[in-house]
Amino acid sequence: MKNIIKYGAPALAALAIATPAFAQEAAADAVGGGTAYILNTLLFLIGGFLVMWMAAGFAMLEAGLVRTKNVSTQCLKNIGLYSIAGLMFWVIGYNIAYPGFDESSLGLFGVGGTIYSMQGVGEADLDTGYSVASDWFFQMVFCATTASIVSGTLAERIKIVPFFIFVTVLTGIIYPVVVSWEWGGGYLDSVHGFSDFAGSTLVHSTGGWAALIGALILGPRLGRYGADGSVNVFPGSNIPLATLGTFILWLGWFGFNGASQLAMGTVGDVSDVSKIFVNTNMAAAAGVVVAIIATQLRYGKADVTMALNGALAGLVAITAEPLAPTVGHAIIIGGIGGLLPVIFVPILDKLKIDDVVGAIPVHLVAGIWGTLIVPWTGDATFMGQLVGVLLTMVWVSVASGIVWFILKATMGLRPSAEAETNGLDIHEIGVEAYPGLANQA
Amino acid sequence: MKFIIAIIKPFKLDEVREALGALGVAGMTVSEVKGFGRQKGQTEIYRGAEYSVNMLPKVKLEIAVSDELMPKVVETIQQTASTESIGDGKIFVLDLMSTTRIRTGETDETAL
Repeated sequence: MKNIIKYGAPALAALAIATPAFAQEAAADAVGGGTAYILNTLLFLIGGFLVMWMAAGFAMLEAGLVRTKNVSTQCLKNIGLYSIAGLMFWVIGYNIAYPGFDESSLGLFGVGGTIYSMQGVGEADLDTGYSVASDWFFQMVFCATTASIVSGTLAERIKIVPFFIFVTVLTGIIYPVVVSWEWGGGYLDSVHGFSDFAGSTLVHSTGGWAALIGALILGPRLGRYGADGSVNVFPGSNIPLATLGTFILWLGWFGFNGASQLAMGTVGDVSDVSKIFVNTNMAAAAGVVVAIIATQLRYGKADVTMALNGALAGLVAITAEPLAPTVGHAIIIGGIGGLLPVIFVPILDKLKIDDVVGAIPVHLVAGIWGTLIVPWTGDATFMGQLVGVLLTMVWVSVASGIVWFILKATMGLRPSAEAETNGLDIHEIGVEAYPGLANQA
Repeated sequence: MKFIIAIIKPFKLDEVREALGALGVAGMTVSEVKGFGRQKGQTEIYRGAEYSVNMLPKVKLEIAVSDELMPKVVETIQQTASTESIGDGKIFVLDLMSTTRIRTGETDETAL
Protein backbone atom coordinates (compact mmCIF):
# COMPACT_ATOMS: atom_id res chain seq x y z
CA MET A 1 0.00 0.00 0.00
CA LYS A 2 1.36 3.36 -0.90
CA ASN A 3 2.18 5.64 1.93
CA ILE A 4 0.66 8.70 0.32
CA ILE A 5 -2.63 8.38 2.07
CA LYS A 6 -1.02 8.70 5.47
CA TYR A 7 0.33 12.09 4.62
CA GLY A 8 -1.62 12.58 1.45
CA ALA A 9 -4.97 13.71 2.81
CA PRO A 10 -3.70 17.05 4.22
CA ALA A 11 -1.71 17.58 1.02
CA LEU A 12 -4.83 16.99 -1.02
CA ALA A 13 -6.68 19.53 1.10
CA ALA A 14 -3.89 22.06 0.50
CA LEU A 15 -4.09 21.38 -3.22
CA ALA A 16 -7.82 21.98 -3.18
CA ILE A 17 -7.34 25.36 -1.51
CA ALA A 18 -4.63 26.35 -3.97
CA THR A 19 -6.72 25.52 -7.04
CA PRO A 20 -10.37 26.05 -6.21
CA ALA A 21 -11.45 25.79 -9.84
CA PHE A 22 -10.04 22.26 -10.08
CA ALA A 23 -11.75 21.31 -6.85
CA GLN A 24 -15.15 22.42 -8.14
CA GLU A 25 -14.71 20.58 -11.39
CA ALA A 26 -13.86 17.35 -9.61
CA ALA A 27 -16.68 17.72 -7.11
CA ALA A 28 -19.11 15.80 -9.26
CA ASP A 29 -16.80 12.78 -9.30
CA ALA A 30 -15.54 12.88 -5.72
CA VAL A 31 -17.21 13.01 -2.38
CA GLY A 32 -15.59 15.12 0.27
CA GLY A 33 -15.33 15.40 4.03
CA GLY A 34 -17.35 12.92 6.00
CA THR A 35 -18.54 10.84 3.07
CA ALA A 36 -15.02 10.22 1.78
CA TYR A 37 -13.95 9.45 5.36
CA ILE A 38 -16.72 6.87 5.63
CA LEU A 39 -15.96 5.24 2.27
CA ASN A 40 -12.22 5.12 2.88
CA THR A 41 -12.80 3.60 6.29
CA LEU A 42 -15.20 1.03 4.84
CA LEU A 43 -12.56 0.02 2.31
CA PHE A 44 -10.07 -0.55 5.14
CA LEU A 45 -12.56 -2.53 7.19
CA ILE A 46 -13.74 -4.76 4.34
CA GLY A 47 -10.18 -5.25 3.09
CA GLY A 48 -9.07 -5.86 6.65
CA PHE A 49 -11.48 -8.63 7.48
CA LEU A 50 -10.81 -10.27 4.10
CA VAL A 51 -7.09 -10.33 4.89
CA MET A 52 -7.85 -11.52 8.43
CA TRP A 53 -9.64 -14.47 6.81
CA MET A 54 -6.41 -15.33 4.96
CA ALA A 55 -5.16 -16.57 8.32
CA ALA A 56 -7.87 -19.23 8.06
CA GLY A 57 -6.73 -19.97 4.52
CA PHE A 58 -3.14 -20.52 5.62
CA ALA A 59 -4.34 -22.69 8.52
CA MET A 60 -6.40 -24.96 6.23
CA LEU A 61 -3.75 -25.10 3.50
CA GLU A 62 -1.12 -26.15 6.02
CA ALA A 63 -3.42 -28.53 7.90
CA GLY A 64 -4.10 -30.27 4.60
CA LEU A 65 -0.46 -30.53 3.52
CA VAL A 66 1.02 -31.90 6.75
CA ARG A 67 0.67 -35.48 7.87
CA THR A 68 -2.23 -36.54 10.09
CA LYS A 69 -0.05 -36.71 13.19
CA ASN A 70 0.89 -33.00 13.00
CA VAL A 71 -2.43 -31.38 12.03
CA SER A 72 -3.48 -30.13 15.49
CA THR A 73 -0.07 -28.56 16.02
CA GLN A 74 -0.33 -26.75 12.70
CA CYS A 75 -3.78 -25.42 13.64
CA LEU A 76 -2.55 -24.16 17.00
CA LYS A 77 0.47 -22.49 15.39
CA ASN A 78 -1.78 -20.65 12.95
CA ILE A 79 -4.30 -19.27 15.42
CA GLY A 80 -1.46 -18.51 17.85
CA LEU A 81 0.66 -16.62 15.35
CA TYR A 82 -2.32 -14.58 14.14
CA SER A 83 -3.02 -13.49 17.69
CA ILE A 84 0.59 -12.76 18.59
CA ALA A 85 0.91 -10.65 15.44
CA GLY A 86 -2.08 -8.53 16.49
CA LEU A 87 -0.75 -7.96 19.99
CA MET A 88 2.78 -7.16 18.85
CA PHE A 89 1.64 -4.83 16.11
CA TRP A 90 -0.23 -2.83 18.74
CA VAL A 91 2.52 -2.87 21.36
CA ILE A 92 5.31 -1.72 19.04
CA GLY A 93 4.93 -2.89 15.45
CA TYR A 94 2.80 -0.09 14.05
CA ASN A 95 5.01 2.60 15.53
CA ILE A 96 8.10 1.05 13.98
CA ALA A 97 6.32 0.61 10.63
CA TYR A 98 5.08 4.23 10.61
CA PRO A 99 7.63 6.19 12.60
CA GLY A 100 7.10 9.48 10.76
CA PHE A 101 10.68 9.78 9.51
CA ASP A 102 11.84 13.40 9.37
CA GLU A 103 13.40 14.86 6.24
CA SER A 104 17.00 14.63 7.46
CA SER A 105 16.93 10.98 8.47
CA LEU A 106 17.97 8.22 6.08
CA GLY A 107 14.76 6.45 6.99
CA LEU A 108 16.13 3.09 8.04
CA PHE A 109 14.82 2.79 11.58
CA GLY A 110 12.51 4.84 13.72
CA VAL A 111 9.94 4.50 16.44
CA GLY A 112 6.96 6.82 16.33
CA GLY A 113 5.87 7.21 19.93
CA THR A 114 4.78 4.66 22.45
CA ILE A 115 1.88 2.22 22.35
CA TYR A 116 -0.54 3.02 19.52
CA SER A 117 -3.32 5.13 20.98
CA MET A 118 -6.22 4.44 18.58
CA GLN A 119 -9.15 6.80 19.02
CA GLY A 120 -11.82 7.74 21.52
CA VAL A 121 -15.50 6.82 21.31
CA GLY A 122 -17.23 8.74 18.54
CA GLU A 123 -14.02 10.50 17.52
CA ALA A 124 -13.25 11.13 13.86
CA ASP A 125 -10.43 13.29 12.55
CA LEU A 126 -11.46 14.20 9.00
CA ASP A 127 -7.91 15.38 8.20
CA THR A 128 -6.59 11.82 8.22
CA GLY A 129 -9.16 10.82 5.60
CA TYR A 130 -10.15 7.58 7.38
CA SER A 131 -10.58 6.16 10.85
CA VAL A 132 -7.14 5.56 12.35
CA ALA A 133 -8.45 2.37 13.95
CA SER A 134 -9.47 1.02 10.52
CA ASP A 135 -6.00 1.84 9.22
CA TRP A 136 -4.35 0.10 12.18
CA PHE A 137 -6.55 -2.96 11.72
CA PHE A 138 -5.79 -3.16 8.00
CA GLN A 139 -2.05 -2.87 8.63
CA MET A 140 -2.16 -5.42 11.44
CA VAL A 141 -3.62 -8.22 9.32
CA PHE A 142 -0.78 -7.77 6.80
CA CYS A 143 1.65 -8.27 9.65
CA ALA A 144 -0.10 -11.54 10.54
CA THR A 145 0.15 -12.73 6.93
CA THR A 146 3.93 -12.44 7.09
CA ALA A 147 4.05 -14.76 10.08
CA SER A 148 1.70 -17.30 8.45
CA ILE A 149 4.24 -17.83 5.67
CA VAL A 150 6.91 -19.01 8.11
CA SER A 151 4.59 -21.50 9.76
CA GLY A 152 4.03 -23.61 6.64
CA THR A 153 7.68 -24.04 5.70
CA LEU A 154 8.73 -25.13 9.17
CA ALA A 155 5.81 -27.50 9.75
CA GLU A 156 6.08 -30.93 11.38
CA ARG A 157 9.44 -30.46 13.11
CA ILE A 158 9.54 -27.32 15.25
CA LYS A 159 8.50 -26.94 18.88
CA ILE A 160 5.69 -24.46 19.36
CA VAL A 161 7.36 -22.31 22.03
CA PRO A 162 10.44 -21.25 20.01
CA PHE A 163 8.17 -20.81 16.99
CA PHE A 164 5.90 -18.43 18.88
CA ILE A 165 8.89 -16.51 20.25
CA PHE A 166 10.21 -16.10 16.71
CA VAL A 167 6.79 -14.86 15.57
CA THR A 168 6.84 -12.31 18.39
CA VAL A 169 10.12 -10.81 17.14
CA LEU A 170 9.12 -11.09 13.47
CA THR A 171 5.80 -9.28 13.91
CA GLY A 172 7.01 -6.80 16.50
CA ILE A 173 10.30 -5.73 14.89
CA ILE A 174 11.60 -7.51 11.77
CA TYR A 175 8.53 -7.00 9.55
CA PRO A 176 7.67 -3.47 10.78
CA VAL A 177 11.20 -2.27 9.96
CA VAL A 178 10.83 -3.44 6.35
CA VAL A 179 7.45 -1.72 6.12
CA SER A 180 8.88 1.54 7.43
CA TRP A 181 11.36 1.71 4.53
CA GLU A 182 8.55 1.84 1.99
CA TRP A 183 5.01 2.39 3.26
CA GLY A 184 6.39 4.32 6.25
CA GLY A 185 8.05 6.76 3.85
CA GLY A 186 11.60 5.64 4.71
CA TYR A 187 14.75 4.77 2.82
CA LEU A 188 13.42 2.68 -0.08
CA ASP A 189 10.59 5.09 -0.76
CA SER A 190 12.41 8.39 -0.46
CA VAL A 191 15.84 7.44 -1.85
CA HIS A 192 15.18 4.68 -4.38
CA GLY A 193 11.62 5.24 -5.53
CA PHE A 194 10.97 1.59 -4.72
CA SER A 195 7.45 0.46 -5.57
CA ASP A 196 5.55 -2.33 -3.83
CA PHE A 197 1.82 -1.72 -4.01
CA ALA A 198 0.53 -4.34 -1.58
CA GLY A 199 3.64 -6.15 -0.44
CA SER A 200 5.22 -8.73 -2.77
CA THR A 201 8.48 -7.85 -1.08
CA LEU A 202 7.38 -6.19 2.13
CA VAL A 203 5.02 -8.95 3.21
CA HIS A 204 5.67 -12.04 1.12
CA SER A 205 9.43 -11.95 0.60
CA THR A 206 9.90 -10.91 4.21
CA GLY A 207 7.97 -13.99 5.33
CA GLY A 208 9.80 -16.04 2.71
CA TRP A 209 13.30 -15.03 3.83
CA ALA A 210 12.41 -15.68 7.48
CA ALA A 211 11.08 -19.11 6.44
CA LEU A 212 14.13 -19.95 4.31
CA ILE A 213 16.62 -19.05 7.04
CA GLY A 214 14.47 -20.94 9.54
CA ALA A 215 14.43 -24.03 7.31
CA LEU A 216 18.23 -23.90 6.90
CA ILE A 217 18.84 -23.65 10.64
CA LEU A 218 16.10 -26.11 11.62
CA GLY A 219 17.00 -28.79 9.07
CA PRO A 220 14.66 -31.13 7.20
CA ARG A 221 12.08 -33.45 8.71
CA LEU A 222 13.46 -36.78 9.93
CA GLY A 223 13.80 -39.23 7.05
CA ARG A 224 12.86 -36.64 4.45
CA TYR A 225 16.05 -37.04 2.41
CA GLY A 226 17.91 -40.28 1.88
CA ALA A 227 21.71 -40.43 2.08
CA ASP A 228 21.79 -40.83 -1.71
CA GLY A 229 19.88 -37.58 -2.17
CA SER A 230 16.56 -39.27 -2.76
CA VAL A 231 13.40 -37.54 -1.60
CA ASN A 232 11.06 -39.46 0.66
CA VAL A 233 7.57 -38.24 -0.06
CA PHE A 234 5.29 -37.46 2.88
CA PRO A 235 1.93 -36.92 1.20
CA GLY A 236 -0.40 -34.35 2.75
CA SER A 237 -3.22 -35.56 4.95
CA ASN A 238 -6.15 -33.77 3.33
CA ILE A 239 -6.20 -32.35 -0.18
CA PRO A 240 -9.77 -30.96 0.05
CA LEU A 241 -8.73 -28.92 3.11
CA ALA A 242 -5.65 -27.60 1.30
CA THR A 243 -7.84 -26.67 -1.67
CA LEU A 244 -10.35 -24.86 0.54
CA GLY A 245 -7.47 -23.03 2.21
CA THR A 246 -6.20 -21.87 -1.17
CA PHE A 247 -9.64 -20.61 -2.20
CA ILE A 248 -9.90 -18.74 1.11
CA LEU A 249 -6.52 -17.12 0.48
CA TRP A 250 -7.59 -16.20 -3.04
CA LEU A 251 -10.74 -14.54 -1.65
CA GLY A 252 -8.74 -12.74 1.01
CA TRP A 253 -6.36 -11.42 -1.62
CA PHE A 254 -9.07 -9.13 -3.01
CA GLY A 255 -8.85 -7.33 0.30
CA PHE A 256 -5.07 -7.56 0.35
CA ASN A 257 -4.59 -5.93 -3.05
CA GLY A 258 -7.90 -4.14 -3.58
CA ALA A 259 -8.01 -2.29 -0.30
CA SER A 260 -4.33 -1.35 -0.70
CA GLN A 261 -5.68 1.36 -3.00
CA LEU A 262 -6.30 2.97 0.42
CA ALA A 263 -9.03 5.29 -0.80
CA MET A 264 -12.56 5.00 -2.15
CA GLY A 265 -13.81 8.57 -2.06
CA THR A 266 -13.59 9.25 -5.78
CA VAL A 267 -14.90 7.49 -8.86
CA GLY A 268 -11.30 7.05 -9.95
CA ASP A 269 -10.37 5.22 -6.76
CA VAL A 270 -13.37 2.92 -6.91
CA SER A 271 -12.57 2.11 -10.53
CA ASP A 272 -8.97 1.38 -9.58
CA VAL A 273 -10.07 -0.95 -6.78
CA SER A 274 -12.22 -2.79 -9.32
CA LYS A 275 -9.37 -3.08 -11.81
CA ILE A 276 -7.15 -4.44 -9.04
CA PHE A 277 -9.77 -7.11 -8.31
CA VAL A 278 -9.74 -8.21 -11.94
CA ASN A 279 -5.95 -8.23 -12.27
CA THR A 280 -5.58 -10.09 -8.98
CA ASN A 281 -8.04 -12.75 -10.08
CA MET A 282 -6.52 -13.16 -13.53
CA ALA A 283 -2.97 -13.50 -12.21
CA ALA A 284 -4.08 -16.29 -9.89
CA ALA A 285 -6.05 -18.01 -12.64
CA ALA A 286 -3.05 -17.87 -14.97
CA GLY A 287 -0.84 -19.26 -12.20
CA VAL A 288 -3.12 -22.26 -11.76
CA VAL A 289 -3.38 -23.02 -15.48
CA VAL A 290 0.37 -22.75 -16.02
CA ALA A 291 1.07 -25.01 -13.02
CA ILE A 292 -1.39 -27.61 -14.31
CA ILE A 293 0.11 -27.55 -17.81
CA ALA A 294 3.68 -27.59 -16.53
CA THR A 295 3.19 -30.57 -14.20
CA GLN A 296 1.21 -32.43 -16.85
CA LEU A 297 4.02 -31.94 -19.37
CA ARG A 298 6.85 -32.63 -16.96
CA TYR A 299 5.46 -35.56 -14.94
CA GLY A 300 2.64 -36.83 -17.12
CA LYS A 301 0.22 -35.99 -14.32
CA ALA A 302 -1.26 -32.71 -13.16
CA ASP A 303 -0.31 -32.16 -9.51
CA VAL A 304 -3.14 -30.61 -7.51
CA THR A 305 -0.84 -29.25 -4.78
CA MET A 306 1.22 -27.53 -7.47
CA ALA A 307 -1.95 -26.02 -8.90
CA LEU A 308 -2.72 -24.66 -5.42
CA ASN A 309 0.82 -23.28 -5.17
CA GLY A 310 0.40 -21.85 -8.68
CA ALA A 311 -2.66 -19.85 -7.62
CA LEU A 312 -0.83 -18.39 -4.65
CA ALA A 313 2.37 -17.69 -6.61
CA GLY A 314 0.32 -15.86 -9.25
CA LEU A 315 -1.29 -13.81 -6.49
CA VAL A 316 2.02 -13.00 -4.84
CA ALA A 317 3.52 -11.99 -8.21
CA ILE A 318 0.76 -9.49 -9.02
CA THR A 319 0.75 -8.02 -5.52
CA ALA A 320 3.68 -5.66 -6.15
CA GLU A 321 1.70 -3.86 -8.87
CA PRO A 322 -1.90 -4.99 -9.30
CA LEU A 323 -3.21 -1.70 -10.70
CA ALA A 324 -1.04 -0.58 -13.62
CA PRO A 325 -0.96 -3.84 -15.65
CA THR A 326 -3.55 -4.58 -18.30
CA VAL A 327 -5.33 -7.89 -17.93
CA GLY A 328 -2.89 -9.33 -20.47
CA HIS A 329 0.07 -8.15 -18.42
CA ALA A 330 -1.50 -9.56 -15.26
CA ILE A 331 -1.96 -12.96 -16.89
CA ILE A 332 1.69 -13.05 -17.96
CA ILE A 333 2.97 -11.87 -14.57
CA GLY A 334 0.76 -14.37 -12.71
CA GLY A 335 1.39 -17.17 -15.19
CA ILE A 336 5.16 -16.94 -14.82
CA GLY A 337 4.56 -16.76 -11.07
CA GLY A 338 2.66 -20.04 -11.27
CA LEU A 339 5.57 -21.68 -13.07
CA LEU A 340 8.02 -20.80 -10.28
CA PRO A 341 6.86 -23.42 -7.72
CA VAL A 342 7.01 -26.14 -10.40
CA ILE A 343 10.66 -25.19 -10.98
CA PHE A 344 11.75 -24.33 -7.46
CA VAL A 345 10.09 -27.06 -5.36
CA PRO A 346 12.36 -29.78 -6.85
CA ILE A 347 15.38 -27.44 -6.64
CA LEU A 348 14.82 -26.87 -2.92
CA ASP A 349 14.52 -30.64 -2.46
CA LYS A 350 17.84 -31.12 -4.28
CA LEU A 351 19.38 -28.67 -1.82
CA LYS A 352 17.72 -30.59 1.03
CA ILE A 353 15.80 -27.52 2.12
CA ASP A 354 12.57 -28.97 3.44
CA ASP A 355 9.68 -26.61 2.71
CA VAL A 356 6.56 -28.55 3.64
CA VAL A 357 3.95 -26.44 1.84
CA GLY A 358 6.07 -24.70 -0.82
CA ALA A 359 6.00 -21.32 0.90
CA ILE A 360 9.51 -20.39 -0.24
CA PRO A 361 8.81 -20.69 -3.99
CA VAL A 362 5.36 -19.15 -3.57
CA HIS A 363 6.10 -16.21 -1.32
CA LEU A 364 9.83 -15.57 -1.66
CA VAL A 365 10.61 -16.47 -5.27
CA ALA A 366 7.33 -15.24 -6.75
CA GLY A 367 7.55 -12.17 -4.49
CA ILE A 368 10.94 -11.29 -5.95
CA TRP A 369 9.62 -11.92 -9.48
CA GLY A 370 6.60 -9.69 -8.90
CA THR A 371 8.74 -6.92 -7.44
CA LEU A 372 11.33 -6.93 -10.23
CA ILE A 373 8.70 -6.90 -12.99
CA VAL A 374 6.97 -3.74 -11.68
CA PRO A 375 8.95 -1.41 -14.00
CA TRP A 376 7.41 -3.25 -16.99
CA THR A 377 4.00 -1.74 -16.27
CA GLY A 378 4.32 0.59 -13.30
CA ASP A 379 6.22 3.60 -12.15
CA ALA A 380 9.54 2.24 -10.87
CA THR A 381 13.10 1.53 -11.94
CA PHE A 382 14.67 -1.91 -12.09
CA MET A 383 17.61 -0.76 -9.93
CA GLY A 384 15.28 0.69 -7.34
CA GLN A 385 13.33 -2.55 -7.20
CA LEU A 386 16.54 -4.58 -6.95
CA VAL A 387 17.77 -2.47 -4.05
CA GLY A 388 14.48 -3.14 -2.27
CA VAL A 389 14.74 -6.89 -2.82
CA LEU A 390 18.38 -7.02 -1.69
CA LEU A 391 17.94 -4.80 1.35
CA THR A 392 14.98 -6.91 2.47
CA MET A 393 17.06 -10.06 1.93
CA VAL A 394 19.97 -8.81 4.01
CA TRP A 395 17.91 -7.41 6.89
CA VAL A 396 15.39 -10.23 7.22
CA SER A 397 18.00 -12.98 6.75
CA VAL A 398 20.42 -11.54 9.28
CA ALA A 399 17.79 -10.58 11.85
CA SER A 400 15.92 -13.89 11.52
CA GLY A 401 19.18 -15.83 11.56
CA ILE A 402 20.20 -14.22 14.84
CA VAL A 403 16.84 -14.97 16.45
CA TRP A 404 16.75 -18.56 15.17
CA PHE A 405 20.32 -19.19 16.40
CA ILE A 406 19.61 -17.75 19.84
CA LEU A 407 16.50 -19.93 20.14
CA LYS A 408 18.42 -22.99 18.94
CA ALA A 409 21.23 -22.39 21.42
CA THR A 410 18.98 -21.71 24.40
CA MET A 411 15.81 -23.82 24.28
CA GLY A 412 16.38 -25.78 21.08
CA LEU A 413 14.13 -25.67 18.05
CA ARG A 414 13.35 -29.32 17.48
CA PRO A 415 11.46 -31.85 19.52
CA SER A 416 13.14 -35.19 20.28
CA ALA A 417 13.40 -37.66 17.42
CA GLU A 418 10.86 -39.82 19.21
CA ALA A 419 8.38 -36.95 19.51
CA GLU A 420 8.81 -36.03 15.87
CA THR A 421 8.31 -39.63 14.78
CA ASN A 422 5.19 -40.07 16.90
CA GLY A 423 3.84 -36.73 15.75
CA LEU A 424 3.85 -33.30 17.36
CA ASP A 425 0.13 -33.52 18.09
CA ILE A 426 0.74 -36.00 20.90
CA HIS A 427 3.92 -34.48 22.31
CA GLU A 428 3.41 -30.73 21.84
CA ILE A 429 -0.37 -30.38 22.01
CA GLY A 430 -1.85 -33.50 23.53
CA VAL A 431 -4.77 -33.32 21.12
CA GLU A 432 -4.90 -35.39 17.96
CA ALA A 433 -6.70 -33.88 14.98
CA TYR A 434 -8.29 -37.19 14.09
CA PRO A 435 -8.39 -39.22 17.30
CA GLY A 436 -9.70 -42.42 15.72
CA LEU A 437 -10.72 -45.01 18.30
CA ALA A 438 -9.87 -43.01 21.41
CA ASN A 439 -12.82 -42.24 23.71
CA GLN A 440 -15.51 -42.69 21.11
CA ALA A 441 -18.08 -43.65 23.76
CA MET B 1 -18.85 -74.02 10.66
CA LYS B 2 -16.45 -72.20 8.45
CA PHE B 3 -14.95 -68.73 8.63
CA ILE B 4 -14.45 -67.08 5.25
CA ILE B 5 -12.04 -64.20 4.74
CA ALA B 6 -12.23 -62.60 1.32
CA ILE B 7 -10.03 -59.77 0.04
CA ILE B 8 -11.70 -58.04 -2.90
CA LYS B 9 -11.55 -54.85 -4.93
CA PRO B 10 -13.43 -52.07 -3.09
CA PHE B 11 -15.80 -51.26 -5.95
CA LYS B 12 -17.02 -54.87 -6.01
CA LEU B 13 -18.35 -54.73 -2.44
CA ASP B 14 -21.98 -53.88 -3.19
CA GLU B 15 -22.29 -56.53 -5.87
CA VAL B 16 -20.82 -59.23 -3.61
CA ARG B 17 -22.98 -58.19 -0.65
CA GLU B 18 -26.15 -58.42 -2.73
CA ALA B 19 -25.24 -61.81 -4.20
CA LEU B 20 -24.44 -63.22 -0.74
CA GLY B 21 -27.64 -61.78 0.71
CA ALA B 22 -29.58 -63.66 -1.96
CA LEU B 23 -27.83 -66.87 -0.85
CA GLY B 24 -29.05 -66.38 2.70
CA VAL B 25 -25.85 -65.12 4.29
CA ALA B 26 -27.18 -63.33 7.37
CA GLY B 27 -24.26 -61.05 8.18
CA MET B 28 -20.69 -60.09 7.49
CA THR B 29 -17.97 -57.76 8.76
CA VAL B 30 -16.35 -55.43 6.26
CA SER B 31 -13.08 -53.50 6.70
CA GLU B 32 -11.03 -51.24 4.50
CA VAL B 33 -7.57 -52.73 4.32
CA LYS B 34 -4.32 -52.24 2.45
CA GLY B 35 -1.96 -54.84 1.14
CA PHE B 36 -0.16 -56.25 -1.82
CA GLY B 37 -0.03 -59.43 -3.80
CA ARG B 38 1.12 -60.20 -7.29
CA GLN B 39 -0.27 -56.88 -8.47
CA LYS B 40 2.46 -55.10 -6.40
CA GLY B 41 2.06 -51.37 -5.98
CA GLN B 42 2.08 -48.37 -8.23
CA THR B 43 4.20 -45.24 -8.67
CA GLU B 44 2.75 -41.83 -7.85
CA ILE B 45 4.11 -38.28 -8.01
CA TYR B 46 3.75 -35.72 -5.25
CA ARG B 47 5.20 -32.23 -5.61
CA GLY B 48 7.82 -33.25 -8.13
CA ALA B 49 9.04 -36.38 -6.35
CA GLU B 50 8.14 -39.93 -7.34
CA TYR B 51 7.14 -42.43 -4.71
CA SER B 52 5.84 -45.93 -4.83
CA VAL B 53 2.66 -46.98 -3.12
CA ASN B 54 3.36 -50.60 -2.16
CA MET B 55 0.08 -51.16 -0.44
CA LEU B 56 -3.13 -50.88 -2.41
CA PRO B 57 -6.57 -50.38 -0.89
CA LYS B 58 -8.81 -53.46 -0.75
CA VAL B 59 -11.90 -54.49 1.13
CA LYS B 60 -11.84 -57.45 3.52
CA LEU B 61 -15.00 -59.46 4.17
CA GLU B 62 -15.29 -61.75 7.17
CA ILE B 63 -18.21 -64.18 7.05
CA ALA B 64 -19.13 -67.04 9.35
CA VAL B 65 -21.25 -69.73 7.63
CA SER B 66 -22.43 -73.27 8.10
CA ASP B 67 -20.45 -76.07 6.49
CA GLU B 68 -23.20 -76.66 3.88
CA LEU B 69 -23.35 -73.04 2.78
CA MET B 70 -19.56 -72.57 2.54
CA PRO B 71 -18.89 -73.88 -1.04
CA LYS B 72 -21.76 -71.85 -2.47
CA VAL B 73 -20.52 -68.67 -0.69
CA VAL B 74 -16.97 -69.12 -1.93
CA GLU B 75 -18.15 -69.73 -5.47
CA THR B 76 -20.44 -66.69 -5.38
CA ILE B 77 -17.71 -64.37 -4.10
CA GLN B 78 -15.27 -65.67 -6.70
CA GLN B 79 -17.72 -65.10 -9.52
CA THR B 80 -19.07 -61.72 -8.52
CA ALA B 81 -15.75 -60.20 -7.40
CA SER B 82 -13.82 -61.27 -10.46
CA THR B 83 -12.87 -58.75 -13.12
CA GLU B 84 -10.49 -61.26 -14.67
CA SER B 85 -7.61 -58.87 -14.10
CA ILE B 86 -4.69 -58.85 -11.71
CA GLY B 87 -5.48 -57.57 -8.20
CA ASP B 88 -8.92 -59.16 -7.87
CA GLY B 89 -8.02 -60.58 -4.46
CA LYS B 90 -8.23 -63.93 -2.63
CA ILE B 91 -10.62 -66.03 -0.59
CA PHE B 92 -9.49 -67.96 2.52
CA VAL B 93 -11.57 -70.52 4.39
CA LEU B 94 -10.83 -71.49 7.99
CA ASP B 95 -12.44 -73.94 10.38
CA LEU B 96 -14.54 -72.12 12.94
CA MET B 97 -14.50 -73.55 16.48
CA SER B 98 -17.46 -71.77 18.01
CA THR B 99 -19.89 -68.89 17.61
CA THR B 100 -21.77 -67.05 20.37
CA ARG B 101 -24.48 -64.46 19.92
CA ILE B 102 -23.76 -61.83 22.57
CA ARG B 103 -27.37 -60.69 23.09
CA THR B 104 -28.88 -64.12 23.83
CA GLY B 105 -25.97 -66.38 24.57
CA GLU B 106 -27.04 -68.74 21.73
CA THR B 107 -24.13 -70.74 20.35
CA ASP B 108 -22.83 -72.25 17.12
CA GLU B 109 -25.19 -72.89 14.18
CA THR B 110 -28.12 -71.10 15.82
CA ALA B 111 -25.93 -68.05 16.40
CA LEU B 112 -24.89 -67.72 12.76
